[in-house]
Amino acid sequence: MSDRRTRRIPASLIAGLIMLGLLVVIAVIAPILWGTAATAVTPDTRSAPSAAHWLGTDDLGRDVFARTLVATRLTLIMAAAATAGSVVLGVLIGGLVWVGPRWVRECVLRVIDSTVAFPSLILALVIAAILGAGTASAAVAIAVAGVPSFARITSNMTGAVANRDYVGTARLLGVPRFRLFSRHLLPNISGPLLVLIASSFALTLLDISSLSFVGLGVQSPEFDWGRLLNEGLPAVYSQPLQVVGPSVMLVFAGVAAMLTGDGLAVYLDPRGSRAARSTPARRAPRGPSTRPDALVEVRGLTVRAPGGKTLVDGISFEIAPGEILGLVGESGSGKSMTAMSLGRLQADGVAVDAEVLRLDDLDLLAGGHRSRLAKEIGLVYQDPGSTFNPALRMGAQLTEVARVHLGLSRRAARDTLRDGLGEMRIREPEKVMGQHPFQLSGGMLQRAGIASSLVTDPKLLIADEPTTALDVTVQADVLRQLRRVNRDHGTAVLFISHDIGVVEALCDRVLVMRTGEIVERLTSDQLRRREVEHPYTRALLAATPTLKTTPRPIEEHDRV
Amino acid sequence: MSGVDLSVIAEAPAPPVRRRGGGSGWGSFALRRLGGLVLSLGLLVVLTFLIVPLIPGDPAVAILGANASPDAVAALRERLHLDQPLPLQFLDYLRGLATFDLGQSFRYNTPVTTTIATKLPYTATTALGAILLVIVIAIPVGMTIGVLTRSGRRPWLAVGFGTVAGFFASVPAYVAGTLLVVVFAIWLKLLPAGGAATQSAYVLPIVALALGPTFAVARVVVQETYAVLHQDYMRTARGRRLDAARLYIRHALPNLMASTLTLTGLILASMLGGAIVIETVFSLPGLGLEVVQAIIFRDFPVIQGIVLTVGALAILINLLIDVILGLIDPRTLGGSTHV
Amino acid sequence: MSDTPLLRISDLSVDLGHGIRSTRVLHGVSLEVERGRTIGIVGESGSGKSTLAKTIVGLHRIATGSVVFDGVELASAPRASVATVRRRVQYIPQDPFSSLDPRRTIGQTLAEAIDPVGARERRHHARIVEALASVALQEDAVDRYPHEFSGGQRQRVAIARALVVDPDVIVADEITSALDVSTQAEILQLLERLQRERNLTMLFISHNLAVVEELCDEVVVLLHGRIVEQGAIAEVFADPREAYTRRLLESVPGGAAFDVTAPVVTAAVRTVPVRGRRRLFG
Repeated sequence: MSDRRTRRIPASLIAGLIMLGLLVVIAVIAPILWGTAATAVTPDTRSAPSAAHWLGTDDLGRDVFARTLVATRLTLIMAAAATAGSVVLGVLIGGLVWVGPRWVRECVLRVIDSTVAFPSLILALVIAAILGAGTASAAVAIAVAGVPSFARITSNMTGAVANRDYVGTARLLGVPRFRLFSRHLLPNISGPLLVLIASSFALTLLDISSLSFVGLGVQSPEFDWGRLLNEGLPAVYSQPLQVVGPSVMLVFAGVAAMLTGDGLAVYLDPRGSRAARSTPARRAPRGPSTRPDALVEVRGLTVRAPGGKTLVDGISFEIAPGEILGLVGESGSGKSMTAMSLGRLQADGVAVDAEVLRLDDLDLLAGGHRSRLAKEIGLVYQDPGSTFNPALRMGAQLTEVARVHLGLSRRAARDTLRDGLGEMRIREPEKVMGQHPFQLSGGMLQRAGIASSLVTDPKLLIADEPTTALDVTVQADVLRQLRRVNRDHGTAVLFISHDIGVVEALCDRVLVMRTGEIVERLTSDQLRRREVEHPYTRALLAATPTLKTTPRPIEEHDRV
Repeated sequence: MSGVDLSVIAEAPAPPVRRRGGGSGWGSFALRRLGGLVLSLGLLVVLTFLIVPLIPGDPAVAILGANASPDAVAALRERLHLDQPLPLQFLDYLRGLATFDLGQSFRYNTPVTTTIATKLPYTATTALGAILLVIVIAIPVGMTIGVLTRSGRRPWLAVGFGTVAGFFASVPAYVAGTLLVVVFAIWLKLLPAGGAATQSAYVLPIVALALGPTFAVARVVVQETYAVLHQDYMRTARGRRLDAARLYIRHALPNLMASTLTLTGLILASMLGGAIVIETVFSLPGLGLEVVQAIIFRDFPVIQGIVLTVGALAILINLLIDVILGLIDPRTLGGSTHV
Repeated sequence: MSDTPLLRISDLSVDLGHGIRSTRVLHGVSLEVERGRTIGIVGESGSGKSTLAKTIVGLHRIATGSVVFDGVELASAPRASVATVRRRVQYIPQDPFSSLDPRRTIGQTLAEAIDPVGARERRHHARIVEALASVALQEDAVDRYPHEFSGGQRQRVAIARALVVDPDVIVADEITSALDVSTQAEILQLLERLQRERNLTMLFISHNLAVVEELCDEVVVLLHGRIVEQGAIAEVFADPREAYTRRLLESVPGGAAFDVTAPVVTAAVRTVPVRGRRRLFG
């Protein structure tokens, strides 16, 4: 893919690959250079480190340093063979289940789930018990023992891909099963699969060595690092260095594989969760308020993304007390950024600056005022499915502001909330308060959210596309609710939307935004009469489909 | 469909979902897990049974050695019912299990159950002690580092921790154990190098066993913390202008625990395997040393018994984790764990 | 060519989920589609409109009832004949970001539609270029990958893939719902042009009544898996017989019937998946 070429290779990947390369080099040349020294029995037994023997000699007089290096070859080969075995079987099982019939998949996954719980070492021990101790049986044992978890993870990754539309479409087109796997599934899991193979290699290497360590793997006269540890342990009091050598090699190999795996993961998914770095805020000179009668005053608001890109370019507007102001624009217009900045909820790394940013007598640019912010600004968000904390019940979340900032007791807060939910025409408020968010529908969640934000009787309600994710009849209700709240309580509303029809129906005034600027300001009457001037607004109106047919009004005798 | 009561259909959602058996909640969870439990235990039993029949060649010859007399071989085959058809052998095996009779050890001629009962406490102490240590240290440390380094803050801390944690996570338990013995028992002479004579004898094994997994889990927790902090509901919580403690502990931590537990369940269960290996380093008279000896000397009843015990322990640990998960995040109760 | 409808759906019922979790999503839906007509299928979350679309093309199993396309009953016909018939009904999914394989070029994706087994792009190059041209995409798109295109352009590719096999019926499942207003307008213009040029038969699934009014000849209104009302657009929209249809029409903001001051209806608590999530996971 073309954008791969421009990505930087992370340092960890380079370091890991260099270390692995070093190991391979040692594996190749060590037996040539030190082969005889590693197996030559000398009378110089159990000697301390010296010039001739850098790590001393073991109980048969063999040079420990030489043995440590020469053991690299066998260790790496066994690890590679066992990893290959796990990978091939695991990928075939975990991947192919997704192209077959559903019942096969369910059966296989259940069996895998049951075996994944067993420590893989136990499985390896069972196989070693069957086949007896030895190099080959250890490799087979570890390979088979690694299959369940490999298959499970592969199956998870493949499942995520198999559910995507393009796989369903390919299946519909009649693409044969195995080709579905090789053409669509395998390439799309290749990245995470590589990372998995790297970490699997590390684990396999350590597991095989642990089998040799307990005496079940490599047998004398062959030796790998595990075997060397096993031989060195009885002498650990007199010659501790004999175990240090293989230990260091094992750790070195483990770290190398870990760095490679981590580096690969970063390389493949550079949008790490830590990416955002704060842009230094350029402090604009604070200005005097020019419209003191406005409830909300914004002058010269500028918002910049972490990379420096300007998202909102010095806009200014006001909201009168009790007014519903609509902010409409397409994606990238900066409307959500404006709303979030006003609510002091911009994402990490986003820099917000303005000459004036105030709500009534509260200067929003000054820090602090946590309680006033919580009480005077209410917030309603776009996606009710993700707005609420899935681990907490609704009652606890919705009463939180009342309990923390109004100082209400738990009972008083719940009573107030219950009243608010009733006002939003929710039939069984107690039941709603006892549910978790995932148990409630989108419309219900939005009504509850609005009710909760009204408990403190805020001066301003910031609603960021609150109806975009809702069904059309539900949206109509929520819009009516917002209108009612505004007229009954006098709460000012900043309403963000991409739908100019919605904004026209609900708002008193409308601002049209495009690429960070306000291109037109209208009253809703002007909008309704299509008295618009800016070409962008015209284009937006032209592109928005409207219902042309009006259903004829119901006569009295028609009423159901 | 005229005459529909509009006051009832305020939204046009799906009609009440009528499930044909078991709704969501603890009921269906218990049902599912019970099924899974039966399947896991069943597989375990079948697996341990198959050890003997799957031996290449004649199992009796493998046990007694190539030099054994034909009479001895025949006698052993008789004693182990090896000439019976496989299903009958399996039934015998099941019958034995039902009465907790795991057979007699070939070497010692003592009941396997006695052997296991004597040795299990050592293994269990080491394993469970290490698991507790991992959970108690890794989760708070990981979350703290995650919160402190979120969104690119304190990059020196993020890189430093990543390096140190990555290093220690790559050290296998038996290597850590060996090196700890060298440092603390031989050079510094602070702690015993082996045996189970005193309480302090358990310190090194537990630390050695817990070292790698603690850092591995901590790394996972850091990544999960980043993921959780990015969620929409954290922005909602910030919109409520809560103080930091309430924000992270009340809102982030439960969700963090849910995803962490799912991922670390495997790590914790695999520590049972590590506990077995580490007994070699510290000469702990537990199941690990016993099963290795049993494999070398082909003492199959003991092998079967120990594998059954450790396997059952692993299944139990997983069940416990699922229960804890269910308590923290009720969403996991209703659905299946796989896609 | 006769009066027999191209697509006839009779008493169709569909269950989703398996075993214990199985729920009936469509109840006895009956519908006829004449050649050259565009039918709009409207409904809200849980209405079953997407399930209906997917069942027609074969993505869901039929519980009871039948789907008959050009005389061939799809559920009971032998595999070989079903496969050929199925190719004449093409499906365009909603999400432009998951409808194309990110690892394959546009050309390879279209080639796979023409020849599912081999998918050799070079062999069918001319036909692919023609299909791309009909959706106003240049020839150089053939060697490029999906991530190089915008959401609207990807939907065009999805439309091209549906058209390249010369189908009789196109089932468009909320194909503009994930797009910006201006991009949506372009796609709608494209669809109108294709309707005129090719006399397409189309099933257009949508929750947006204004779009449906613009594009479709007839409309079918679904609620809870049942057809509430159906007929010619002009008639149904001007004189809805069912209260639910009326309520739908009165809810469209920007429509003359929408009254923001009308009284609000009380909501009962129901356990239901949230629409936003549904959209992501189809």
